[in-house]
Amino acid sequence: MTTTKSEVLLHTPGHVKHDGHNLTGFIIFLCSESIIFFAFFVGYGVLKITAPTWYPDGVSGIAVREPLINTIILVSSSFVIYFAERYLHKKNYWGFRIVWLVTMLMGSYFVYGQYVEWSELTFSLSSGVFGSLFYLLTGFHGLHVITGILLMGLMLIRSFIPGNYDSGEMGVESISLFWHFVDVIWIILFILIYVWQ
Amino acid sequence: MTITNYDERIIKVNQPVPGAPNNWRRFFGFNTDAKVIGIQYIVTALIFLLLGGLLGMLIRGELITPPSDLFDPTVYNGLYTMHGTVMLFLFLFPILSGLTNLLVPPMIGAPDMAFPKLNALAFWLVPVFSIVLLTSFFVPGGPASSGWWSYPPVSIQNPLGHFLNGQMLWIVAIGLSGVSSIMGAINFVTTIITMRAPGMGFFKMPIFIWTVLAAQILQLLGLPALTGGAIMLFFDLNFGTSFFNPETGGDPVLFQHFFWFYSHPAVYVMVLPVFGIFSELFPTYSRKPLFGYKFVAVASFGITILSLVVWVHHMFYTGTPMWMRNLFMFTTMLIAVPTGVKVFAWIATLWGGNLRLNTPMLFCLGGLFNFIFGGITGVMLATVPIDIHVGNTYFVVAHFHYIIFNTIAFGIFAGIYHWFPKFTGRMFYEGLGKVHFTLTFIGATLNWLPLHWAGLLGMPRRVASYDPEFAIWNVIASIGAFMLGVASIPFILNMVSSWSRGKKSPPNPWDAIGLEWLLPSPPPHENFEDDIPTVLNEPYNYGLNKPFVVDEEFYISKALNDS
Repeated sequence: MTTTKSEVLLHTPGHVKHDGHNLTGFIIFLCSESIIFFAFFVGYGVLKITAPTWYPDGVSGIAVREPLINTIILVSSSFVIYFAERYLHKKNYWGFRIVWLVTMLMGSYFVYGQYVEWSELTFSLSSGVFGSLFYLLTGFHGLHVITGILLMGLMLIRSFIPGNYDSGEMGVESISLFWHFVDVIWIILFILIYVWQ
Repeated sequence: MTITNYDERIIKVNQPVPGAPNNWRRFFGFNTDAKVIGIQYIVTALIFLLLGGLLGMLIRGELITPPSDLFDPTVYNGLYTMHGTVMLFLFLFPILSGLTNLLVPPMIGAPDMAFPKLNALAFWLVPVFSIVLLTSFFVPGGPASSGWWSYPPVSIQNPLGHFLNGQMLWIVAIGLSGVSSIMGAINFVTTIITMRAPGMGFFKMPIFIWTVLAAQILQLLGLPALTGGAIMLFFDLNFGTSFFNPETGGDPVLFQHFFWFYSHPAVYVMVLPVFGIFSELFPTYSRKPLFGYKFVAVASFGITILSLVVWVHHMFYTGTPMWMRNLFMFTTMLIAVPTGVKVFAWIATLWGGNLRLNTPMLFCLGGLFNFIFGGITGVMLATVPIDIHVGNTYFVVAHFHYIIFNTIAFGIFAGIYHWFPKFTGRMFYEGLGKVHFTLTFIGATLNWLPLHWAGLLGMPRRVASYDPEFAIWNVIASIGAFMLGVASIPFILNMVSSWSRGKKSPPNPWDAIGLEWLLPSPPPHENFEDDIPTVLNEPYNYGLNKPFVVDEEFYISKALNDS
């Protein structure tokens, strides 16, 4: 899957402009990627309704406060990244870099929060249906967040290459799209795991 | 809708072999030319067809006598699992990707695929996951042996306790195959949507392009579900999670839903391009316009949409509630409608045509005949009472081999023969082709027709021994299977000898209409380069005196000069 992204990243200044294709391809990729999450969500829903035992022994629910703060930070980063894109459109490169870095930091905070939450939990991947699903869903989403942050880092470094945006802002646009995608997935995931208890 | 930004968009792909664009070595390296990649896919897949066929013949060798004497039953489980997996993931998907790679850019007048590097990467994943899959023959415990469905709880057993076990390698190989297919699908869909020749609106596209678009959209929508299921299965097998493990509260039937949500549409991913090949070849070889072009085109998407809501018909006998059975029986039968539209259109195209019975046409006619037969047994199987009676018997095996080999592989052979002169620049030997067809048709019929009776009488699939009352059907079937093995000899001879020293092919040996036939044989690196024709009509107006592209004479004489 990551190759799709690297195909996007291979778009270096010397290349002939074919932004339209890249963005179309990337959107198609995201649609397809969302089906994997959809499959996991369906699995979660079905098992939640039908499984004979849901929470592992000694667990009666899952704390919402810290994850909610995490959620607020991740979701607001989706707005922040929009401003970064606006700066880039206006050719304000330093504005772009700073706001882009802020998005990255917010994403990193989310990953850190996730790590703290995982390390405080009393159950593991192999403690029954809920444990399996919880770690699968949050882990698979977390992997996407980390990928997003790494790709943003790459975009940040490449913004220093002279003439990087001569042939369009395709890379930044795709990563930004990816970030929104990761956010939307998280909102659904949050509702499923934390709200629907 | 037309996209005409070709002037800005001429991809200059470097030839990896310096100085020698037609060097044979380009087929063995990382080449980004869709035509090279297409041939790489096809040749690789045909090698795996030999391997899968060999596994199939071993199975038939075991089943020629009732007791389990040739192999240990455990080995037999591994054989049929690997036979199915190799045939589907190493033969059928790659060979169809290969044909699609060869045909899509020339047929829509594009210089190459939208993402040439991604395309090459998708191909090079095929040897990677093939090696992963075939390595499983050599790990302790042998290859995966839970059938190509890999239903849990059988598939989450790891009795020897090794991390590197056959089932785990199977899951990894399927996952990588999925990544490769998704890369391909993104590429094909993007190419078809954004890179068509000027004037080629959706209703002027060749049917093959329609079916590829429908099939690849299906791939994008369905395959991630299997990937999701495979990830969960992987964790269950190796890390003690309990998604599908009934002992710890999981639900094994849930995996069946994930599996069939993709693997039923997967049949359509494979059969739709073959429908496309039929729709290209029947008009060409009967010199008549394709009957009901628009209906045939739209029916492809009818099949795409319906095939996403039929998967439970594979699970009629696995504890599915009655309302769900009825619902999915209905949707399954509904899918006969768009399919029937196509069959009707092909027969109407053939009706009263001036038929030319050369090898590609014979394979097409054989494929259509078998498809009607397999379609009828398909509707039988869609009926819940019949399915519960014959489910997991050889009737099912016979049905899907009628579709998957006798239709899909026949269509693939037809396509290979039909476009062979175009992409190699050489004609194949018609006599050897006819021998190949005759052996294949008789072999395939002998192989799978008798198994319908064995299945109706109740012979269960996936068992190495059986009751002696089924012996006669199995003897005939095994003879057919060995005949199919023999049929590969004329095919290999034909392909190798005609590619190396066959007669030079003219640009349009079949007098076919289509953008690819306006190119020299073999087509130049970037197809039409800067002179992309403007399309006026769909490419099926045989004998109607409707122009196909603007200034057709120019392209015909240019192709003749360049050949």
